[in-house]
Amino acid sequence: MNVAAIENDFQQKIDKDLFIEPKDAMPDKYREHLIRQISQHAHSEVIGMQPEGNWINRAPSLRAKQILLAKIQDEAGHGLYLYSAAETLNISREELIAQLHSGKAKYSNIFNYPALTWADIGAIGWLVDGAAIVNQVSLQRTSYGPYARAMFRICKEESFHQRQGYEIMAHMMNGTAEQKEMAQDAMNRWWWPSLMMFGPHDSDSPNSGNAFKWKIKRKGNDELRQKFIDKTVQQAEVIGLTVPDPDLKWNDEKQCYDYGEIDWDEFNKVISGNGPCNKQRINHHIKYHNEGAWVREAALAYSQKIQPNAI
Amino acid sequence: MTNQSDLFKYLLHLGDNALIHSYRLSELCSRGPFLEEDLALTNIALDQIGRASSFLKYAGEIEGKGRTEDDLAYKRGERQFYNHLITELPNGDFAYTIAKQLILSTYDVLLFTELSNSKDETIAGISSKVLKEVRYHFVHARDWCYRLGLGTELSHTKLQNAINEIWMFTGELFESDETYNDLYSKGIAVNTNSLKAKWLENITEVLTKSEINIPNVDYMQSGGKQGIHTEYLGHLLTEMQYLQRAYPNAKW
Repeated sequence: MNVAAIENDFQQKIDKDLFIEPKDAMPDKYREHLIRQISQHAHSEVIGMQPEGNWINRAPSLRAKQILLAKIQDEAGHGLYLYSAAETLNISREELIAQLHSGKAKYSNIFNYPALTWADIGAIGWLVDGAAIVNQVSLQRTSYGPYARAMFRICKEESFHQRQGYEIMAHMMNGTAEQKEMAQDAMNRWWWPSLMMFGPHDSDSPNSGNAFKWKIKRKGNDELRQKFIDKTVQQAEVIGLTVPDPDLKWNDEKQCYDYGEIDWDEFNKVISGNGPCNKQRINHHIKYHNEGAWVREAALAYSQKIQPNAI
Repeated sequence: MTNQSDLFKYLLHLGDNALIHSYRLSELCSRGPFLEEDLALTNIALDQIGRASSFLKYAGEIEGKGRTEDDLAYKRGERQFYNHLITELPNGDFAYTIAKQLILSTYDVLLFTELSNSKDETIAGISSKVLKEVRYHFVHARDWCYRLGLGTELSHTKLQNAINEIWMFTGELFESDETYNDLYSKGIAVNTNSLKAKWLENITEVLTKSEINIPNVDYMQSGGKQGIHTEYLGHLLTEMQYLQRAYPNAKW
């Protein structure tokens, strides 16, 4: 088959809502797009372990410590599913990590913000994971089979994370004046970056054209963002948190919230490497990856001694 | 009638070992040599937090003053902690972690095998559950000893150095404590002195297969069981207890 025929065949499958599987023929650009998106997603799970890991040993109760650690383990597990999904596209984990370190591959911008107080652990679970779920639920119907199946498993666990975060916030809003202040402060700092997680307005989104045509993406950034805002504002009200947006108001006609202008200058600043923690996060990953090199070499050398023909 | 304050202290000892050990393992989160191993180490940490929680909860019940497991974890000072010194030592490299894991998991398997037959039903119940976990911890540590010991020259050297450095903290694990004579004789607690020979046999088997030598150490460190610790514990507690200490009226 020539290239045009392959692409035609491929697009017909997409149009019939069939999953594309690893052994199916696919356009190079589809493969590249998926590698970029899935690896960004995997790296986000892994880099996201840092701001939360920063609080395990300061968690204020044994129960909170267990839940947080279990949650971070889930994130690591998500990273693993996603790396595996990316590997089905003919790229190795080592290559994916090298792309992260060189800056070629990205991770979610949200993790370039610091987790300063215990309330931030609540805000990350509630807002950040809450925003991620909205996006991930729609990705359960993405066209690449291994990615969609990874999303299916991930969504189940993420909804538990969101509840965990919300529980922390609710508990603090029910607590002392200092706890309430801490919770509101976290809300103030995490709200806008959470909205930015959905990416630029659809009108300014550079990668969307093919993503829709190939059904990698099913819903636009603005639609997903709106969905997140509508469910989250009510949750904030229930526990007495104020959404830090003076322009936020219910639009009766559209049956959704109108919200203020997102600060895209800040978004661009952070995405171009100048956020509060960009360097810290990537340096951390590079440092421990490099420090682990001798361990990986030892494991490989040992397995070759035990089963010399295995590799 | 068992002396409840001895039992209380013994339960603190069991809980503190797990709590402090879990702290060091939790520090390794996002710092593993690769993602699967990051998960393995923090999974062991998670087991230890669960264990700490069970023993400290029971300790609070035995004490009978209404203290919860959190009160005991977060509101005791360094002289009231009774964990072994080895659990509080700062993390070194991966070989150091594995050496520590091998020493402790080999010990834990023997200890919790015995304790799962404790005459105290609660201790026996918690210990039966713990025993299932620590068997995995042992397998994890053992297999890594093989990989590091027999992998590369570098990994072999690092593991040997780690064993050499940590060995002086193993003596304390097997010190019998006369405070607990009554608990020993009633079959509630275990005099770990009786586990030493078997422990040495088991660990020697793994290390020999890994081509690692057991060092000659003249002096063993001890004091943890009496609440006399290394300088490291104070810093550890400062971090762990910070929120509870800074906001004493808050509930989390």
